[in-house]
Amino acid sequence: MDKIISVNNVTFRYAEDSARPALDGVSLSIEPGEWVAIIGPNGSGKSTLAKTINGLIEPDSGEVTVGGLLLNEENVWDIRKMVGMVFQNPDNQFVGSTVQDDVAFGMENLGIPRDEMVTRVHDALEKVNMLPFADREPARLSGGQKQRVAIAGIIALRPDIIILDEATSMLDPQGRAEVLQTVKEVKERENLSVLSITHDIDEAAEANRVLMMSAGKLVQEGTPEEIFSYGDRLIELGLDLPFPERLKASLRKEGIDVPETYLTEEGLVEWLWTLSSTK
Amino acid sequence: MMDKLIFGRYIPGDSFVHRLDPRAKLLGAIFYIVIIFLANNWATYAVLALFAFTAIYLSGINRRFFFNGIRPLIWLILFTVVLQVLFTSGETVYLSLGPIVISQEGIINGIFIFVRFVLIIFMSTLLTLTTMPLSLTDAIEYLLRPFKLVKLPVHEIALMLSIALRFVPTLMDETEKIMNAQRARGVDFGEGSVFQQMKAIVPLLIPLFVSSFNRAEELATAMEARGYQGGEGRSKYRVLHWGRNDTLVMVAFAVLAAALFFLRT
Repeated sequence: MDKIISVNNVTFRYAEDSARPALDGVSLSIEPGEWVAIIGPNGSGKSTLAKTINGLIEPDSGEVTVGGLLLNEENVWDIRKMVGMVFQNPDNQFVGSTVQDDVAFGMENLGIPRDEMVTRVHDALEKVNMLPFADREPARLSGGQKQRVAIAGIIALRPDIIILDEATSMLDPQGRAEVLQTVKEVKERENLSVLSITHDIDEAAEANRVLMMSAGKLVQEGTPEEIFSYGDRLIELGLDLPFPERLKASLRKEGIDVPETYLTEEGLVEWLWTLSSTK
Repeated sequence: MMDKLIFGRYIPGDSFVHRLDPRAKLLGAIFYIVIIFLANNWATYAVLALFAFTAIYLSGINRRFFFNGIRPLIWLILFTVVLQVLFTSGETVYLSLGPIVISQEGIINGIFIFVRFVLIIFMSTLLTLTTMPLSLTDAIEYLLRPFKLVKLPVHEIALMLSIALRFVPTLMDETEKIMNAQRARGVDFGEGSVFQQMKAIVPLLIPLFVSSFNRAEELATAMEARGYQGGEGRSKYRVLHWGRNDTLVMVAFAVLAAALFFLRT
């Protein structure tokens, strides 16, 4: 089969008079079953690129092809069936009043018969290990659980590709690991492609290929190993070191003696509040 | 007082009333509120009260809990009733002071109005206590369906209701967070004069509004990404089941109405 997604020389401006385009002649393609990560600093156009792929944003020029269909106004809804998208804020994409209602939402939109929906909701929740929570309300779920429900809602629609638009950036480390694990499992089982837009090193490491964006352009491409060999420059390029590591680096810059061993956030807090009192 | 007020809350349970179809309960409650205006003497009010108490009994909700929860509202009703008594003129006048008249008719009228209000509150509280908000939305959507003919956006109304309900806890959490953030900056909530208290709410409301608009936009994008294009051609995941008991309840309401017609003067 051909490429699942190909983006050809796409340019987009949010406003006519903006100084530089949000996307500036971007081209990329994704093979079926491939996991591609896009990294880059805030405002580099990563999320904009993701939104052009399922027609949430219409590019000023250039072409987007998904599953062999050239994206246009007529087939945008067919393309959205093929492309599932998980957004950043777990709360603001949870439409249903309970977990199962939310998983069913996308299917309701497509007019899938109820009997079919019931089976698919069950299967999808099982695949993301959220079946025991089927009747829960979103307020009683963690961020990671909500994102897993969002993934269930997507796989229930049997898409070809999942786009993670900074889907783990608002989660705690445990939620992050949970969601990433779920995506990995689902990808293998459903034979999906994954496009993940991320600041998270662990998430980027899962990819077959990492693309780097800067100022609306794709500037680098390589395997995760190649990209990670840039070391400290990664921070400039928009990948986050874990927060305690960044804080330690800043403290060191201020001339404060920080322990070399790895500290968790709590560990660092423990160490910090005893710092002045021992002096 | 807010904790005790049960008006509009849902208490999970598995009683006869809980298991009824939300459409039956909603229709029943509306019907009850309409026919209560047929009552015009002691006998009719007694029948209506008996019906309401039976319904409360069948709901399995603790009576003391129920009445305690309603008490704050009773004071409000008493106030309106007192006004009614003071300004209704009649033939047997007990006291007359300028525009203020206390008459026998006024007092009886006042009692009737009081009973009427209380019964309406009983039935509507019973409805919300025994029905999940979500089921209630489903019932509303179903019952509004005929209005599609006059271009009422029934599906949209139902969707708005259910999204609103779904975001209540989210916004409560957010309010709590903003309150704490403002407290940390020295804002005092619940202290000072009424005017000061009202002013303290402004730094709470504005961030809440801003974030709600952001949420709305993101939610709309997410819905579109999941293929939402309005009510046309949508299927429904939630279904309602009308059972024998629901028909039975409808018959009971019809009998009640017949009894009222028979007993009223």
